[in-house]
Amino acid sequence: MTWQRRHVLATDDWSRAEIEQVLDQTGAMVEVLGRPIRRTPALRGRTVILFFAEASTRTRVSFELAAKALSADVTNITASGSSVEKGETLRDTVRTLTALGGDVIVMRHAASGAPYFVAERTDAAVINAGDGWHAHPTQGLLDAYTLRGALGDLDGRRIVIVGDITHSRVARSDIDALVPLGATVTLSGPPTLVPSAWRCGMTPRGTTYEPDLDRALDGADGVIALRLQKERQHAGLLPSIREYAKTWGLSEERVKRMRPEAPVLHPGPMNEGVEIAASVAHGARSLIETQVTNGVAVRMALLYLLAGTPEQVA
Amino acid sequence: MVGIRARGDLIATRLHEAIRRNENVDVPLGSLDITLYRDDLTRIGHAPVVRESVIPFSIDDRIVVLIDDVLFTGRTIRAAMDALVDYGRPRAIRLAVLVDRGHRELPIKADFVGKNVPTNLADDVRVQLIETGGADTVELVQAAAA
Amino acid sequence: MSGLADLERDAAQHGWLVSPGFIDLHAHLREPGFEESETIATGARAALAGGFTTICAMPNTEPAIDSPGLVAEVIARGAAARAARVLPIAAITRGRLGKELADLVELAAAGAVAFSDDGAPVSDGQLFRNALEYARASGRPIFEHSQDLALTADGVMHEGVVSARLGLPGMAAAAEETAIARDLSLARLAGGRLHLSHVSTAGGVELVRRAKSDGLAITAEVTPHHLALTDEWVAGSRAFAWEDGGDRATPYETSTKVNPPLRTASDVRACWAGLMDGTIDAIATDHAPHASTRKDVEFQEAAFGISGFETAVPLLLAGVAAGWGTWDRVVEALTTGPARVLGITLPENDRVVIDPNAAWTCDAAALVSLGKNTPLLGRALIGRVVACAVDGELRFDLTRIAAS
Ligand SMILES: [Zn+2]
Repeated sequence: MTWQRRHVLATDDWSRAEIEQVLDQTGAMVEVLGRPIRRTPALRGRTVILFFAEASTRTRVSFELAAKALSADVTNITASGSSVEKGETLRDTVRTLTALGGDVIVMRHAASGAPYFVAERTDAAVINAGDGWHAHPTQGLLDAYTLRGALGDLDGRRIVIVGDITHSRVARSDIDALVPLGATVTLSGPPTLVPSAWRCGMTPRGTTYEPDLDRALDGADGVIALRLQKERQHAGLLPSIREYAKTWGLSEERVKRMRPEAPVLHPGPMNEGVEIAASVAHGARSLIETQVTNGVAVRMALLYLLAGTPEQVA
Repeated sequence: MVGIRARGDLIATRLHEAIRRNENVDVPLGSLDITLYRDDLTRIGHAPVVRESVIPFSIDDRIVVLIDDVLFTGRTIRAAMDALVDYGRPRAIRLAVLVDRGHRELPIKADFVGKNVPTNLADDVRVQLIETGGADTVELVQAAAA
Repeated sequence: MSGLADLERDAAQHGWLVSPGFIDLHAHLREPGFEESETIATGARAALAGGFTTICAMPNTEPAIDSPGLVAEVIARGAAARAARVLPIAAITRGRLGKELADLVELAAAGAVAFSDDGAPVSDGQLFRNALEYARASGRPIFEHSQDLALTADGVMHEGVVSARLGLPGMAAAAEETAIARDLSLARLAGGRLHLSHVSTAGGVELVRRAKSDGLAITAEVTPHHLALTDEWVAGSRAFAWEDGGDRATPYETSTKVNPPLRTASDVRACWAGLMDGTIDAIATDHAPHASTRKDVEFQEAAFGISGFETAVPLLLAGVAAGWGTWDRVVEALTTGPARVLGITLPENDRVVIDPNAAWTCDAAALVSLGKNTPLLGRALIGRVVACAVDGELRFDLTRIAAS
C-alpha cells in the first residue's frame, strides 16, 4: 500500500490498514535503533523543523532522535527561543516556518486544532506532537505498537485508560489508535475529569466509561495511566490529590485484577504515588521504558513515510 | 551470509541450507533491508516499505558474504555495504549473485556469480522462486518484446 | 416614489417574494471603536443586501453606547448612510461593566429603542432586577444575553459529543438555561419588558414557552444560524441540521465560533418548533462581523461571532424547504414580531424582494459586510435578496449592482 497522507494531525479518520502500516514500519525502525550505529541516510538533505510552542523535553527529544536516526537536518524552534512569547501570532509563526523551508514541521501547541491551522497554511508536511486536549497521535501509535508487542493481536483485547480523560490528548489518541485495531477501551477516572457526553452513554465507538477503577481493571488486558495535572485540584475538579491517588491510582493490589502479565503503560512524565505507585511503575508489568524506545521508532516511521510522500497530494 | 531483501535473502537461505547439508557447517545467516540506504529515495515520490533487517550475530572481524539475485547497476550493493557497516567492521565483504547482467554504474564486482547474462540496458531480468509463489526460473525479457 | 410600484410589478412578473422590510433586533455594527470590522455605513448597506430595512445596533462598541450623545451620534451616522434604518440600542449599565445602571430614561429620550449589555449578561441579580424595574420608566425593553459566566468560563463551543472529541472547552446548554430561568424569575418579580436575545437551546425554548403560558409578558429571538447549523460544523461538517453527510471542511474553522455556540440538531429542531408555535417572537441575525485578524488565529483565541445579515434569507429558506417551518411564519418573525418587541408599527413603505430560487456563491467578494467571517463562505446558497426599499426609496437593487 502506498502511503497517501500528507500530514499526521490525528488518527481519528485513519483506516486500520493505515495504522498497521505505520506499526509495521515501526518494527523495522526498532531494529535500526538496535544497531551499533543508529543512523541511516534515508532523509539526508531533508529538514525537519521542531516547533514546540509548549514546553516538552521528552517528546521534542524523541522527535529529534528520530529525525537524526534518518539523517534529516533538525531545526529547533521552542517557545522561549521564538517570538511566540513576544505576542507573535500563530499566523506569523507559520510564515516564518514556511520561510525556513522545512520539509516536515513537527509541532506542539497548547491550542486544540492548531496543527490544522498550520497544515492549511504551509507546504510542509505537519506532524502533530500534541495540541491542547485534542490529540497526540504519535503517542497513540506508540502505545498501540507497545501493546501489540506485548499482547500480539489487539483484536478483542480490552485496555483500560485511567485518569484525567477530559484534558488528555493522549487518551483521545490512544482511543483513535487502539479501537481501529480491534481493541475495546474502558475509560475510568473521576466524573469531573471525563467529558459529560462520554459519561452519559455517548462514548466514542469502541469505548465505555466505568468510574470504579477496580471494576474497570477486572480481567483487563492492559492499562494506560494518565498523568494527573495537579492544577486540576485548584480548579475545583478534585477534592484532593490524596483522594485521587487512593481512588484512581494504580496500586500493586489493583494491577493484579487484570489478567496475568497484562502490561502497564504511562505516557510520562509520571507522578509516582499519585496516578501510579512506584512499585507498579518499575515493576514487572511496566512497559514504560519500552514506550520511550518505541516512541523514537514510531516517529522515525512517520517521518520516513511523510518525507517520502509526493510534495502535492491532491 | 547476509541476503539482501527481498529475494537475495531467499537465495541466501537456500545456500545456507545446502552448505549445512553438504558440509555440515552452520554459517551464521542474516537478512538486510536496504530501503533506508537507497540513493533514489527522495526521487521516487513515495516511501517504499521498509522491512526489518535481521542480523543476529556480530559481523566484527568476520568475512561477510552479501547475497543477491541480480547484479545490475551496483547501487543496491553500494547501499547494502553502507547498511552493513552500521552493524560493525567486517574483515572483508564478498559478493555472491545468481545473475550478473552487466551495466554497472559503480565500481563493484561480484566474487561469486551463478551465471553471467549479457543484456541490453532496457531488458528486464526476472527471477522467480518457489518461495515467492512461482517456479524457480530466471527470465530474460528483451526490451522489444516487453 | 416610482421605485416601490415598479418593484412590486417586477417581482410579480418573476415570481419573486415581496414582503414588508425585515427588522433585525440584534446587530453589531462595531462603530465606534472597531471600524476595521464594520462601520455603521457598511453594516447598514450589508443589512439591505440581507433584506433588513431596519436594524438595531448593539452598544458593545468602544466606547460603549451609554450616553445620550453617543446614541445621537449612532442615529446621525445611520441616517447619513442612507441604507437600512439604524436604531440604537443603549447599554444597560455604564460602560457595560455590570456595576451601575446607565441613565436609561435619558437614553430612551435620546432615541435608544432598547437596552442591552449584549456580549455580556448582567450577572448581578439585584442589578438586573433594578434594570428591569427602572426601565419601565423609559418604556423600553431590556434585551438580555442569557449566559451563566461561571458555567462557561473557558468555553469556546457547545459542550457535548463534538467538544469532547475535539478537545475544546465546552459551554453547556445548562449555562443558557439557568440564566434564562433566572431572568424569567426576575421578570416575574420586577415586571418590565424582558426580551431574551438569541435563545439557542431546547431547554431555553421550553422555559420561555412555559413562562408565556403562565402569562408572563416576555419576548424572545433566535438567530438564523441557530436555526440551521450545528456544533458538528466546528468539527468540519457542512450539513444543515436537517441533512445527513454532505461535504466536509477543515475542523476548528474559527468562522464556526459564535456565542451562543452552535448547538445540536435537536436544539435546532426545538428552535424551529418554538418559532412556529409563537414561543419565539423574532428572528434576529446577531450579525457579528470581525476583521480577519480576530479570526485568523487558533480556535481558542478567535473572537466569537458570525457575519449574519447576508446569509439569513438562504438559511431560513433552506429550513422551510426542509419542512421545519413555514415561510409565512418566518416573515412574521422578521417583521411584525420584532416590531412588537420594539413597540413600533411596521414602516409602511419598507419592502424586501427575494428571489427564492436564485443560486449564488457566498464568497468574500459577494458579501457587502466588511466581516467575511461566516462558515458559509465559499458555499453555494439558494435564495437571495433582489431589492430593498426604505421609506419607499429603492436603496438596494441587486440587478443594478451586478450590472455595475
Ligand atoms: Zn449576545
